[in-house]
Amino acid sequence: MSVFLDFEEPIADLFEQLEKAEKTASKGKVDMTETIEGLKKQIELTQKEVYKDLTPWQKVQTSRHPERPYALGYISALTNDNFIELHGDRNVKDDKAMVGGFGDIDGRSVMFIGQQKGINTKLRQFRNFGMPNPEGYRKALRLMKLAEKFNKPVVCLIDTPGAYPGLEAEERGQGEAIARNLMEMAQLKVPVICIVIGEGASGGALGIGVGDRVLMLENTWYSVISPESCSSILWRSWEHKEKAASALNLTADLMLKNKLIDGIIQEPSGGAHSNYDQMFAIVKREIMKHLEELDRIEPEERITQRIDKFCAMGYSEE
Amino acid sequence: MSWFKRAKSGVQTPTKDKKETPEGLWYKCRSCKHVMPSEDHSGNLWVCENCGFHERIGSIEYFRILFDDNKFTELNRNLSSGDPLKFEDTKKYTDRLNSSQKKTGLVDAIRTASGKIEGNQVVIGCMDFNFIGGSMGSVVGEKIARAIDYSLKKKVPFIMISKSGGARMMEAAFSLMQMAKTSAKLSLLAKAGIPYISLLTDPTTGGVTASYAMLGDLNIAEPGALIGFAGPRVVKETIGKDLPEGFQTSEFLLEHGFLDYIVERKELKSNLAKLLKLLKN
Repeated sequence: MSVFLDFEEPIADLFEQLEKAEKTASKGKVDMTETIEGLKKQIELTQKEVYKDLTPWQKVQTSRHPERPYALGYISALTNDNFIELHGDRNVKDDKAMVGGFGDIDGRSVMFIGQQKGINTKLRQFRNFGMPNPEGYRKALRLMKLAEKFNKPVVCLIDTPGAYPGLEAEERGQGEAIARNLMEMAQLKVPVICIVIGEGASGGALGIGVGDRVLMLENTWYSVISPESCSSILWRSWEHKEKAASALNLTADLMLKNKLIDGIIQEPSGGAHSNYDQMFAIVKREIMKHLEELDRIEPEERITQRIDKFCAMGYSEE
Repeated sequence: MSWFKRAKSGVQTPTKDKKETPEGLWYKCRSCKHVMPSEDHSGNLWVCENCGFHERIGSIEYFRILFDDNKFTELNRNLSSGDPLKFEDTKKYTDRLNSSQKKTGLVDAIRTASGKIEGNQVVIGCMDFNFIGGSMGSVVGEKIARAIDYSLKKKVPFIMISKSGGARMMEAAFSLMQMAKTSAKLSLLAKAGIPYISLLTDPTTGGVTASYAMLGDLNIAEPGALIGFAGPRVVKETIGKDLPEGFQTSEFLLEHGFLDYIVERKELKSNLAKLLKLLKN
């Protein structure tokens, strides 16, 4: 780990000490084994302590941690690299912010689709910061239809700060592309599992988010607007982002409480970025569990349940 | 002494005491500044007689324009918003709702009704922009869902008149999920082969564009309406330069292939009637 969020400072200090101890140990003059072991244990405890009670805003920060695993990281780990990436929407171009393809997970073929962020400055630009254009949503829909044709389940990994609000995106119908996906996903005959692995910003997230199971990792957010934009619209300044994050009820626990998602996936004690292998193993287990449940439901019944679930969302009085 | 000499010097009337012309006698066009009597303006279906600018109107006016003899049955009239998140920014959400209800006499940002257009039975949903920017919250989603259910049950076409700034932030993810809800319901209508006509009016943006407004079997629009996913200000900030003229207007969308046609308000009723007949016979 090399990047630490402001509230991770106690963890950062320990990592610094650990690094020093390891350096000393490498010189071979002093036996540091005990110190190193002690520090590692302390790191684990501190991580647990720090991550136990994150505020909504801190969870938003964690969801954007630059070392958090992204869609292709998950796909590659879940499929043991037994994955073929597919490209293009067959109309305009290949959107690099939306990835997808068939992969093998424990002997079973699955269509993976997800928004992809870049892991360094150059790749972040290449991936357009995980903000798809309309062709990204149309590519996703093409892949979903492909999965339906060959009767393979769909797993969507959601991680986007929003659909791209650019000039060409508008020309090519960003709204129509997302809308089409919502309607088509409601009727997909194969099981659909959607997992928010990072940021779930508004329509850009929902555009691949209509599933039989919608799950959120513990330290992610999902809402109609980012806390910063919400703050700038309602309070006319970005200063109130913490307040906005709380007001929006955007964390996994509150989304579940409000019956807007189906479940929460626990993260390792220091967040998804602290232990990739553990995070991937947990996500794999969850996907397999839910696929097994969904397999037992007839396709038509699954569609009805999916539609009924979304139709029950909301809060009004008569 | 001259008749026109001021008896007192230095008379200054504070703004609040100034005598205004009674509200509503005259209408000044927002586009060409042409002034006309309000009566003429409404008689011309709130379209400027000089430049053809379509002024924003609400469900009351659209229902009056479209339904035969202004006769219709309103559906789920009393469905109203709750405040599940106890949302509060500079103002409480419940206060916003109450003051909007008082100001507009409406319950929320949409009304749905069944009635006839030149004898053709239809269900119409129409949004009201003057209710919190026509924003889509749970009530808007639920009323559309129920209107579609009604269409399905009675096997009559569904017409949606959109006019909205997008999702209602004060209902956070509840409002986001109305996009999925309405789109899912529309998939049932599509499956049943019942026509859905979407009329986009000024303005239609955000989550409304990214759900039901763009999903019509036919997407039609009034002239000059602002239609887009991201608002023009956001797009401008993103690209860092001025937007081309006519960007995100109905005409722009027609040119890029997202609308079937543009219809002027005075032709709206006869056009819809013609269309409904073509779809039926």
